[in-house]
Amino acid sequence: MEPLMALAIGILYATAIFMMLRRSIVKLVIGLLLLSNAANLLIFTTAGMTRGAPPLIPEGMLQPVGDVADPLPQAVVLTAIVIAFGVLAFAVVLIRRAYEVVKADDLDKMKDTDT
Amino acid sequence: MRPEVALPVLLPLLSGAVSLLFWRSRPMQRFVAVAGNIALLVASLWLFVATLSEGYITMQMGSWPAPFGITLIADMLSAVMILMTGIIGLAMGIYSLATTGRGHEKFGYYPLMHLLLAGVAGAFLTGDIFNLYVWFEVMLVASFALLILGGERAQMEGAIKYVTLNLLASVIFLTAVGLLYGTVGTLNMADIALRIEVAEHDGMVEVLAVMFMVAFGIKAAAFPLFFWLPASYHTPPVAVSALFAGLLTKVGVYALFRVFTLIFDQTMGYLQDIMLWGAVLTMVTGVLGAAAQYEFRRILSFHIVSQIGYMILGLALYTPLAIAGGVFAIMHNIVVKTNLFLISGITHRLQGTYQLKKMGGLYKERPWLAVAFFISAFSLAGVPPLSGFFAKFVIVRAGIEAEAYVVTGIALAVGLMTLYSMVKIWNEVFWKALPEENHVPVSSTPSGDDGRLIKPSLWMMYLPVAVLALFSLLIGIFAEPIMFVMNTIGDQLFDSDGYIEAVLGVSASAEEALLNPDDLQVETDTIGGEETP
Repeated sequence: MEPLMALAIGILYATAIFMMLRRSIVKLVIGLLLLSNAANLLIFTTAGMTRGAPPLIPEGMLQPVGDVADPLPQAVVLTAIVIAFGVLAFAVVLIRRAYEVVKADDLDKMKDTDT
Repeated sequence: MRPEVALPVLLPLLSGAVSLLFWRSRPMQRFVAVAGNIALLVASLWLFVATLSEGYITMQMGSWPAPFGITLIADMLSAVMILMTGIIGLAMGIYSLATTGRGHEKFGYYPLMHLLLAGVAGAFLTGDIFNLYVWFEVMLVASFALLILGGERAQMEGAIKYVTLNLLASVIFLTAVGLLYGTVGTLNMADIALRIEVAEHDGMVEVLAVMFMVAFGIKAAAFPLFFWLPASYHTPPVAVSALFAGLLTKVGVYALFRVFTLIFDQTMGYLQDIMLWGAVLTMVTGVLGAAAQYEFRRILSFHIVSQIGYMILGLALYTPLAIAGGVFAIMHNIVVKTNLFLISGITHRLQGTYQLKKMGGLYKERPWLAVAFFISAFSLAGVPPLSGFFAKFVIVRAGIEAEAYVVTGIALAVGLMTLYSMVKIWNEVFWKALPEENHVPVSSTPSGDDGRLIKPSLWMMYLPVAVLALFSLLIGIFAEPIMFVMNTIGDQLFDSDGYIEAVLGVSASAEEALLNPDDLQVETDTIGGEETP
């Protein structure tokens, strides 16, 4: 499973960076979106994948039996997903407003602040 | 239970929440902006005094023992940064009352300001690397919204660059955190520091160090990743730029100091050279960029970049004295840079422009403002006896002691170039006569950033400027007690055992004995220390 995930994550990062290098601001935001998803998957994978063993303590015992999945990266990923969601919502609104103001979906036309 | 560690985070969150409750009541929001930030300043003073006497103060969130729960820890560095946050927060709270247009206030300027301060304070106090990421994001989201208040074209363009590069940095940071967790199996920074020394993959640790350096380098606006800063910092309302200039990039520098003294102190190696030359190039490009500009706030923005170079230079030289000098530079720069932006706001109010060519004659009209600018600007350039002189003096001395003569020489030359830019502003804005074609009657009705009329209450603008200028003077005059604090910081950062012991509750050497390279999964009950009383 891990090699497959590694491949998927690599493709996601590559696609994201390719999209971010485009001039269109819509593609830029799509790139950011893919990038944050790739990072989330990466955390999930590097922490080690355990199949079908939830970290639950059986009744009457003080610690889980055998190898169980690590709950911490899942909590981390969950937090990161929520943050990425909020930030991307902002980014989408921002490019819409920017499009209204600049009237172009082209980063090369955004040179007002460089002079 | 040590409430003073949590208060600097909780108070701005509370002020933000209260401010949101009074969404429609402008006077109430303004009252909360000042009252909340006074409370923050008091809390930060409390934390500072407590840290000064005890060295480290820790608090385990939810009473989960150290490596499992989230730790809040204040060492001297955190305490000083929190104190600066409190001072700048209050100055901005008062200054905003006079400069924020009603339109901006209606769109939630004050709640966002509180949230930004909460994010900054959280980043300074947390002892957990993922929690640091979360606070960074809290701070960033608030800063995004503040940056586009008003929605002008330049703001939108600046915001796209700012948002993209900062999000990219966040993702690199998050990726690094994920890989770090995969390598050492913990997120608590003190615990990471112990386990990374016995990590199996040396190569992986170096990759991680570089990823953290790049991520925080972007956030700190270090060369060659600083482009978002001069593209965006001059676009928002002036109170917002001042707040950003004072605090935001310094959080990135703080994170660099924290991570590279605590976690990657063993892996510095050739990274130290990269960081050293990165710092030098940051100084040089920043100051050269500023020399070409004729817009007040853009000059100052480029100088932020240049000054970041001095701070990172302190870290890169990596001796206790150099680190002390770097932190001194951070502290002095927060005061001075904020003040320069505040002054640019006043001159904009008086003359209606940020273009140096169209300004002039302010020395005659507002001599005291000129004095405040003089103190701040020449302090930035490092003229004795102002605060910047001592920051630079300590770094240069540390550089000579470390026999890094070329780097030190460049740092001194950059100081001279800074003086050139500051003299340029002085000449254009204060000294030369006002150009004929741009004669604005000074008594004209002032207006907010969005053009709507607001009450002329200039004392709210002058008061923070005067106080911050006084601070700059006082830092210079009382450099010795401050240097004592800075040396404590240098020693604490250079020898991280105290930090680790404060967090984990066990002495670092005993802890290391427990860690075996073959088996990282040490029994939990031996590693989880007692909560500090």
